[in-house]
Amino acid sequence: MIKKRPLHQLSQLIIAHTMEILREPAVLFWGILFPIFMALGLGLAFTKKADKIGHVVLIETETGISPAFERLRQSSAGPNLEYDGIEHRHRLVLPDSVLGNMTIYFLTTTWDEGIKHLKQGKAGLLLSVEKDQVLYHFDPSNQEARLFHREISDLLRPGREQGFSQSGQVRALTLKGTRYIDFLIPGLMAMGVMMSTMWGLSYGLIEKRSKKLIRRMVATPMRKSYFLFSIITVRTAMNLIEALLLFLFSWLSFGFTLTGNPLALFVLILAGNFSFAGLSIFLSSRTSSTEVGNGVINLVVMPMMIGSGIFFSYHNFPDWLVPVIQKLPLTMLADGMRSIFLEGAGFSETAAASLILAGSGVLFFLAGLKIYKWH
Amino acid sequence: MSEPSVNNPLIEVRHIHKSFKTVQAVRDVSFTISQGQFVALLGPNGAGKTTTVEMIEGIQKPDQGEIRIMGLNWKEHADRLRPLIGLSLQETRFVDKLNVVETLRLFASFYSLPASRVEEIITTVGLQEKRKAAVENLSGGQRQRLALGIALLNYPNILLLDEPTTGLDPNARREIWNILLQLKKNGRTSLILTTHYMEEAEKLCDYIIIFHNGEILKEGSRNALLDEGDGRKIVEFELEKNETAESYSALRQKFDQLAALFRVHWDRELSKGSVALTNLETELPLFLEHMKELGLTICNLSFRKKTLDDLFTELTGRHLDD
Ligand SMILES: Nc1ncnc2c1ncn2[C@@H]1O[C@H](COP(=O)(O)OP(=O)(O)O)[C@@H](O)[C@H]1O
Ligand SMILES: [Mg+2]
Repeated sequence: MIKKRPLHQLSQLIIAHTMEILREPAVLFWGILFPIFMALGLGLAFTKKADKIGHVVLIETETGISPAFERLRQSSAGPNLEYDGIEHRHRLVLPDSVLGNMTIYFLTTTWDEGIKHLKQGKAGLLLSVEKDQVLYHFDPSNQEARLFHREISDLLRPGREQGFSQSGQVRALTLKGTRYIDFLIPGLMAMGVMMSTMWGLSYGLIEKRSKKLIRRMVATPMRKSYFLFSIITVRTAMNLIEALLLFLFSWLSFGFTLTGNPLALFVLILAGNFSFAGLSIFLSSRTSSTEVGNGVINLVVMPMMIGSGIFFSYHNFPDWLVPVIQKLPLTMLADGMRSIFLEGAGFSETAAASLILAGSGVLFFLAGLKIYKWH
Repeated sequence: MSEPSVNNPLIEVRHIHKSFKTVQAVRDVSFTISQGQFVALLGPNGAGKTTTVEMIEGIQKPDQGEIRIMGLNWKEHADRLRPLIGLSLQETRFVDKLNVVETLRLFASFYSLPASRVEEIITTVGLQEKRKAAVENLSGGQRQRLALGIALLNYPNILLLDEPTTGLDPNARREIWNILLQLKKNGRTSLILTTHYMEEAEKLCDYIIIFHNGEILKEGSRNALLDEGDGRKIVEFELEKNETAESYSALRQKFDQLAALFRVHWDRELSKGSVALTNLETELPLFLEHMKELGLTICNLSFRKKTLDDLFTELTGRHLDD
């Protein structure tokens, strides 16, 4: 009788899964480099003082003159209006040392051309003059257009002085922990955990089933529990390493720091891993078609990518939607990580989220196991 | 409690049935296999071979009927049966990024086998030079040998191979055959193999079970099947080109007339036919005379030994690899 060596079986499974992942060049890119590029790109774009640029169309009449342009020239900003080198276009720079300069390009053209620019997204705001009144045409849901409307109507107000006339002063917040990059990094880490687990685990398992590898393996005395345990463990370890690398990178390049309890952070990330691992096992439990798998994973991942406030706060979504969004696993993980990284939170603030994440993972895992198609 | 024992037949399959939504894949199949036998399940695509072996392997469950392996069954004794069996599925693709040794080590660990067994197997299946090659870089024949090596790892009493050489070129096929013939010499393992290549069944197996439409069409030892009844000889003939221009129905009619007298088979596309004759000296002149009377001119005539394909054609009017 051959002596049973269960630990040997487990270690071989872990080695095999590790090799399988490490030898896939795409893993290095999507798992490690991509989040770092994202952090770098978005971080730089939003950390530097934001110069605002806007495009405005000034409507001309049939005679080829634009009353709106005349108004502008006669305003306090008139002397700063300079010809741009491009036909019918002028540029106005409004200097602002605190918030960053604002540059507005004014294009003088016909109404029809102006509308075309609007449709193509080249301009957000159209100015015309009717009966001595300046009319502003823009989509009220276009935030930029609203901003430039205010800015220009301010310029055209009679008696306006050059420079700042507002009461009160503006202070730019570039304090650590309040910058966009600080908001972004924990979100990217959470997203990395989700993406790598959902695609790596779910898709990986479905592919193994479609290759008939799972049914070949379960035809041996292999323990199914070891099989699942090993792929989840390897994936979790990879995710932790990826998160750590992203942290190191953002610490070195943006001075991003951890202000809260590291242990609570570790537990939270682990719980997030469980949650997505359970979901992955559940999603991969039946189908052997990689196309179906692709669709199902996207169906689950996409709403969270959009809704969970990874890149921009979800508080801009309608009020009724926010409580729903807050219950998504990606939101819980990202919010919890932000509170530990940025607000100095510890176990007392994040234990509930960790518990819910881990618990939901276990439930999905058990449900998936119940209906798992091994053959 | 039942024990695996030499008194039980190795494998007993009794009246198994299996259906999928609209297809009856296996209908009332029964057979017995004894220790040390090499058995082929021979039949064209869709005959029900895979479904049958997978039921023996415990991968699929029969809708009805019973399967016993050394007196054990899958429902109660799965844990004891698995170590007795080595198998390769019709198509398994192993992990692309793992190499040959790593793949074998992984499977060896499931059976708690030492690294030395992996080395033995690499030698057995002749993959020494490919030990460090990733699975994704192996040729079709090398992949099949790897699959065979995995099947052999655990010194199985019963080896079940589903189409082990399908899609391989003749050389690669012969390499697999040689490994299996070597195994046969050692005599400890029984083999069930599915195939639609009659040469494979004839070359490797002593007992052949012919499947057709989910049922057993015929079974017996290789020699018994080939001598089937009367030891007929096969005569192949080719018709003159102008004959083939004749309308299909007219030709069909003529061959139907012939078929009343002879075991004749006509392949319209190749304009070739064959006839099985018991006594060449007396029957061949008679056959040729009939052909002439029907206005069929033969341009080529040849004789050969009967094959399993001839038997299958006689019984079903089709070829094994149709
Ligand atoms: N999982 C399945 N679902 C539906 N039909 C199946 C399935 N497996 C096999 N069949 C059908 O059962 C019949 C027998 O298939 P199979 O056992 O694979 O034949 P063979 O191995 O002899 O080619 C075929 O008609 C096949 O299409
Ligand atoms: Mg088959």
